[in-house]
Amino acid sequence: MAEMSNETVKAIIFQLKDEEYAIPVQQVGSIERELHITRVPQTPDFVTGVINLRGVVTPIIDLRKRFGIEASEYTDSTRIIIVYISEMEVGLIVDAAYDVIDIAKDAIEPPPEVIGTVDADYIEGVAKVDSRLLMLLNLDKVLSTQDYKELNNLEG
Amino acid sequence: MMEMNEYLEVFIEESKEHIQSLNDQLLILEKEPTNMDTVSEIFRSAHTLKGMSATMGYQDLANLTHKMENVLDAVRNHKLVITSDILDVVLDAVDQLEAMVVDIASGGDGTRDVESLVAQLNAIETGEHQEVDKSSKTSSKPVKNNDSSFEKLDQFEWAILQQSEEKGFQNQEIHIRLNENCLLKAARVYMVFEVLEQVGEVIKANPSVQELEEENFELDFTVLLVTKESADDVKKRILKVSEIEDVSINLFELGVSDDVSEKVDEGQDKATEVTATAEKTAKKPNNGVINNKTIRVNIDRLDALMNLFEELVIDRGRLEQISANLKHGELQETVERMTRISGDLQNIILNMRMVPIEQVFNRFPRMVRQLTKDLGKQVNLEIVGAETELDRTVIDEIGDPLVHLIRNALDHGVETPNEREAKGKPAEGKLLLNAFHSGNHVFIEISDDGAGISREKIVKKAISNGVITQEQANTLSDKQVFQLIMASGFSTAETISDISGRGVGLDVVKNTIESLGGNITIESEFGKGSVFSIQLPLTLSIISVLLIEVEKEKYAIPLSSIIETAIVSKSDILNAHNKKVIDFRGKVVPLISLKEVFDVPGEQVEEEFYSIVIIRKGDKMAGLIVDTFIGQQEVVLKSLGDYLKDVFAISGATILGDGQVALIVDTNSLIK
Repeated sequence: MAEMSNETVKAIIFQLKDEEYAIPVQQVGSIERELHITRVPQTPDFVTGVINLRGVVTPIIDLRKRFGIEASEYTDSTRIIIVYISEMEVGLIVDAAYDVIDIAKDAIEPPPEVIGTVDADYIEGVAKVDSRLLMLLNLDKVLSTQDYKELNNLEG
Repeated sequence: MMEMNEYLEVFIEESKEHIQSLNDQLLILEKEPTNMDTVSEIFRSAHTLKGMSATMGYQDLANLTHKMENVLDAVRNHKLVITSDILDVVLDAVDQLEAMVVDIASGGDGTRDVESLVAQLNAIETGEHQEVDKSSKTSSKPVKNNDSSFEKLDQFEWAILQQSEEKGFQNQEIHIRLNENCLLKAARVYMVFEVLEQVGEVIKANPSVQELEEENFELDFTVLLVTKESADDVKKRILKVSEIEDVSINLFELGVSDDVSEKVDEGQDKATEVTATAEKTAKKPNNGVINNKTIRVNIDRLDALMNLFEELVIDRGRLEQISANLKHGELQETVERMTRISGDLQNIILNMRMVPIEQVFNRFPRMVRQLTKDLGKQVNLEIVGAETELDRTVIDEIGDPLVHLIRNALDHGVETPNEREAKGKPAEGKLLLNAFHSGNHVFIEISDDGAGISREKIVKKAISNGVITQEQANTLSDKQVFQLIMASGFSTAETISDISGRGVGLDVVKNTIESLGGNITIESEFGKGSVFSIQLPLTLSIISVLLIEVEKEKYAIPLSSIIETAIVSKSDILNAHNKKVIDFRGKVVPLISLKEVFDVPGEQVEEEFYSIVIIRKGDKMAGLIVDTFIGQQEVVLKSLGDYLKDVFAISGATILGDGQVALIVDTNSLIK
């Protein structure tokens, strides 16, 4: 994050259940409406499958499952955000994606450590913009299966 | 820095090409030591390489090439005759060059200790090498001798000189020396020629006119002039050009000059040969330019083009559907046209990814030469069908298996010259590398006329290794027995050598080829030789599959691994050790439920009839239980990407006509 513009971070805001998350626009390739997803067997359960993204077979991750939020039916507002991380192209299923905003750097704080919750390290920081609370994601961590297993183990 | 890198890439690519060309041409030269065409070709490659590496600042590379160039120059000027020993040193030098380029490519500075090689090359160049040919001495003498710089005249030139003599012209050999301080040598040469053309005709120049134009000479040059003017007049005219130090004119007499007449008397054939090569060399650069009208394109870009094109194909499918529904004449016509054009386009795009197998084959002559020397064998390698084209992806993978098979053939196949003669075969063995297209496949055959494979030996070994039982051995066909040598941990060679064979290897070859969707078979006649035949798909990017359905999911099974499909009634399914098996043409074939393997959601329903796809991996078979067969289709193989690599029993994905993704089943991992 340090190398980004001095003052603000331009980010795409999306929604999962009733919380809002942010991904820096540089990492976002496109936002797609729901496409046909082909299930890939024997993969982590948050990997929904693969889609045909303009001729490229792209893996899709269900962020609800990834974050341990209960599943819900896909609706009209469900979107797939295509992100680029370390030269991989991956799609993230979110409940809705609707905004691009500038977040002032000094509005970003490290994630609060609250006793009794799982310390999810894919949250890089929390930003308060007006009355909204935005969680900034660390996409590398989102994709790694390492802490996902730990999370599952913790929750039993 | 970025720009330098860009140059570096080009430099490395081109260096590799030149090194390959050096290797090729040197081997040709070994067979035809007098082929001056080849020498010129080698010289050109070396020269270019030297120039490039000097520009890029790789001094060692440039130095070594320079030395090599000197030796080649001596050969070219008939001061040196190529021998096997000289060739060894030169090939060594080429190896070093290659190592340097590889070093540079992997980020090194391309430095290498080449002193001893340079010394060897120097020795050869200065004639210390034992093998300097006597005749070359005599022919090199006149070069230094002013009396005749033109010891070699081609037939045509000879004829002109003879004619002119008959018609009362003089043939003058004019030796011109430029002033040491002359700056624009080429300009002076031009002026001299200008003068000479006024009084007669210049038949030949030494150095050649081209070299003179390029200032590729010191201060002296000699021309052969046909004129009616007297020598004195010509001299005076030439001296009018400034910066001319000295002019000496001798009459060039045909027939009197021993050297020339002898050369011609030796036989007209030789003279024609020289002409022919001279003409060829002169024309070659032009031809080269025409033939090499290519540009380098990154394979990624071709992939991107392919991806876009597939998108187009999918939309084309939709358009066809829409126009069929609307039944609008003009629309239908347009869509049909578009379909045809895009079909052509598809062929072109696929063809762009095709590379001649030459790229793999061209390193073999060198390898065979070295190996036969090491093994003390005599083998003549023949390559047929090097122009056969294969998809780039296959080309990249097929090199190592072929190397292994060739090593195998040389080591275990072809016998030593003594053994061969004892058997009444010619001392020189034959190794044939043959590539050809057939249907949707490319075949590569490696055949030798060596010892062949002994069935008894293999059977004995296989039984002692516990690979097969005696009863099995009796029922196996020769082909099946030969296949055994490609089972892992199997080696029939009695002596283990460095060249090949430690029992690992042939099984790796087999696995590699199978992973490419191909297969390998062996035919052999004991005492007469063996043929290893590899069958490969034309391309890895487009494969034929059988589409099947399990519940609502579609999967593609490569046709190359399918034996056949069958519908089996429930009563025909037997149980063996808690496993479902069927009796398929007398063989017990285990059944695998794709639904279970892939955890396909849906209820387990007991059915009366099962749809089964019989697949194979080598000799082993299995039956895949599916719900429905959809049909056969050509599909484009796509990777699942880095994030989902190593998914069990899935080798990739493909995009179907409706735009959906279907997974491709990796049948090899389903059979243990």
